[in-house]
Amino acid sequence: MLNIGITMLGLSRFQFAMTTVFHFFFVPFSIGLAFIVAIMETCYVVTKDDTYKNMTKFWGKIFLYSFAVGVVTGIIQEFQFGMNWSDYSRFMGDIFGAPLAIEALAAFFMESTFIGLWMFTWDRFNKVVHCLFIWLTAFGSTLSALWILAANSFMQNPVGYAMNAAQHKVEMTSFSAVIMNRQLWNEFPHVIFGAFLTAAFVVAGCSAWRLLKKDHEHFYRKSMKVSLIIGLCACLGSVWSGDTQTRYLINNQPMKFAAMEGIYKDSTNKGDWALASGFKGHDKTWSIEIPYVLNILGHHSLNGTFKGQQTVNKELKAKYNNNSQTRNYYVPTKTLFWSFRIMAISAGLFGLVAIVGLWFNRKKSQSIMRQRWFLYLMGLMVWLPFIVNTCGWFVTEFGRYPWVVYGLLTIADAVSPTSTVASLMFTNIVYFLIFASLGAVMIILSHRVLKQGPDSVITDGYSTEPQESDKKVDPYEMGAAHND
Amino acid sequence: MTSYQFIWFLLIGVLFSGFFFLEGFDFGIGMSVRFFAKNRAERDTVIQTIGPHWDGNEVWLITAGGAMFASFPMWYASLFSGYYIVLFLILVALIFRGVSFEFRANMQTDTWRNFWEWASSIGSFCAAFLFGMMFTSMIQGVPIDKNGDIFGSFTTYVNWFSIVGGVAVSLLCFIHGLNFLRLKTSGELRERAEKWSKILYPVLLAGEVVFVILLYLTTDFFTLKPMSTWGILIALVIFTLAAWWGAQSSHDWASFIASGLSLISVVVLIFNGLFPRVMIATNSANSILIKNASSSPYTLHLMTILTFTILPIVLIYFIWSYWVFYKRIKSPKQAIE
Repeated sequence: MLNIGITMLGLSRFQFAMTTVFHFFFVPFSIGLAFIVAIMETCYVVTKDDTYKNMTKFWGKIFLYSFAVGVVTGIIQEFQFGMNWSDYSRFMGDIFGAPLAIEALAAFFMESTFIGLWMFTWDRFNKVVHCLFIWLTAFGSTLSALWILAANSFMQNPVGYAMNAAQHKVEMTSFSAVIMNRQLWNEFPHVIFGAFLTAAFVVAGCSAWRLLKKDHEHFYRKSMKVSLIIGLCACLGSVWSGDTQTRYLINNQPMKFAAMEGIYKDSTNKGDWALASGFKGHDKTWSIEIPYVLNILGHHSLNGTFKGQQTVNKELKAKYNNNSQTRNYYVPTKTLFWSFRIMAISAGLFGLVAIVGLWFNRKKSQSIMRQRWFLYLMGLMVWLPFIVNTCGWFVTEFGRYPWVVYGLLTIADAVSPTSTVASLMFTNIVYFLIFASLGAVMIILSHRVLKQGPDSVITDGYSTEPQESDKKVDPYEMGAAHND
Repeated sequence: MTSYQFIWFLLIGVLFSGFFFLEGFDFGIGMSVRFFAKNRAERDTVIQTIGPHWDGNEVWLITAGGAMFASFPMWYASLFSGYYIVLFLILVALIFRGVSFEFRANMQTDTWRNFWEWASSIGSFCAAFLFGMMFTSMIQGVPIDKNGDIFGSFTTYVNWFSIVGGVAVSLLCFIHGLNFLRLKTSGELRERAEKWSKILYPVLLAGEVVFVILLYLTTDFFTLKPMSTWGILIALVIFTLAAWWGAQSSHDWASFIASGLSLISVVVLIFNGLFPRVMIATNSANSILIKNASSSPYTLHLMTILTFTILPIVLIYFIWSYWVFYKRIKSPKQAIE
């Protein structure tokens, strides 16, 4: 399929994939949770109901862990363009550097400053100002997504540039074109809705686990209600933005689309949509198909055809290969096909669970407490958004193969000439061990916060554990309590 | 060299100065957690001094890196790929120290609290040391080929001068951190920080002398720019002496500002010595020059406008957040009394 082996290029690609995927476990979760926490605090400011205040503090605590891990794994992202992909950086610096620098300047400063203020000033500012801090944090983190996706969108669909052939690099000719890139405005909403969905279903799922234990019913039911409302909206938004994005691919990156749908030979007017298929190479060996769905999804109509991978490959060869070149433009079909199906099927599941959950959880009804199977299902679904987010990036990034900048630079030409297999082996192993431990600590800490329950924030603010509240002083709380 | 290229060379210098001034004491505080504070309560107080700030301080590094990428892609690509393992170790150090503050507070056993405290101290030390090592190794000239790729050997990165540079920078950061503690704490902790910096300043001065000798022997700074190099070095020593005097006479603010300025003068020294190059090659024909390393005029123009619009706003709320947490933190004992 792909030559990810023990080669310099293979290891560099593996490293990028590993660091990005791990980073992107935390990014959407943090962005989404920042908004959910901000909405909870806003509810508190408006209704003055203390349950909302406790919800803000309680879920805010998990948000802080996620944010910290997101920050430290984010620095890797910025550094590794230069470290592992120096020829890419030379080729793309003119365009890629600008959004990255603006991201730091406009977004990272904002989120890091205001999260610091938010954490430590519960008792020092009035409610509205304090609530503003978390909104600014959430706004900052959304901005950061916008800027980095602007950079990514250029790689998917280069616009507003000119080639400088003499120096072998691209140069920006229109910043507004880079920002108004249609790819960006397809990608950005999808990522943001995905972020809301991630955080919403984690909050809802964690609440479900606690409700199974009949713990703090009022608190967790309210948390579940808020998060499921957000989750349902986010799910609809994801489907809508996913649809526009996929349809945009049909003309823009036809190979990606054909692989997502597993179309090898041009599709017929019947529009059979494969629900599941087996693959040999890039072609299907068997499949379960539903007629017309492909046309409905792709063309929003019953009629129409799509180019298959075979045809697209021919076209791309004609377009990009010199006479002597024999390069093919196939992408890992199986990965794209299944990633897309996991996304699509999960979206349906999320929507369904949100609606049923809101129904069971309606006021004056106890059915949510009786439907234990449903709470179990929701509890297990905590993990699903992370898998789905990863699938999304698999489609986006694998589907661009062999390009790193679509039509302009191949992955093989982007890698650092100075890298060695030995150093990459070493760094890959160390990164892997670090990520595994960070992930484990994150899960343990979040689990602990859940087990301690909302009481820990109700009684004495932030995080003093009840069993040793005498001797242990949480430094974060002290800042708020003793500074004045 | 166009004026935009010159402005951006300066701006990168300014961003790194900001990074070393702020993250400098941040690293120092991180080291103090295990190397200075005596017990858990003290460590709580020490960490609390940077609790709301460490994240924002680190953004200066991210901004400097991003700005370097945007304005001088050739510099960014050569430096970052050439210093692969050094930067990798810096990243590992930054990861451990970064999460340590958040994780430590929620560990239930002493073993794990100790673990994250050590992660903070060793991580902070290594990050400061490796940054010092990277910059002192860089100014000696490195083997760069025609494409700008660095194929260095072990001694390119690790040699006497780079080790001295690493020690000097980490010591500077440590003392800068102690000076910050003097500003933010009171009572015994503050007094002990003062006592320690009184003792450490002579060591630092001795280190600076060694640094100057090695700088003279291994770089071309003194031959190319004798006046400015000496000027900056004298400023560095004066700032160090001023900070020492501040420690003797309990002028906490003077010490803190002076130790910050001495970190900045190291950055200025490096950028002044580099100019008009960005990377010095052992074969001087391959040195990477400001005029060849930058982005297109369009990008530089755009970045200049954006930076001069956004940065002032950032500075306003950034400084405001320090002002919010301006007050000294009482030690736990005092709080109970």
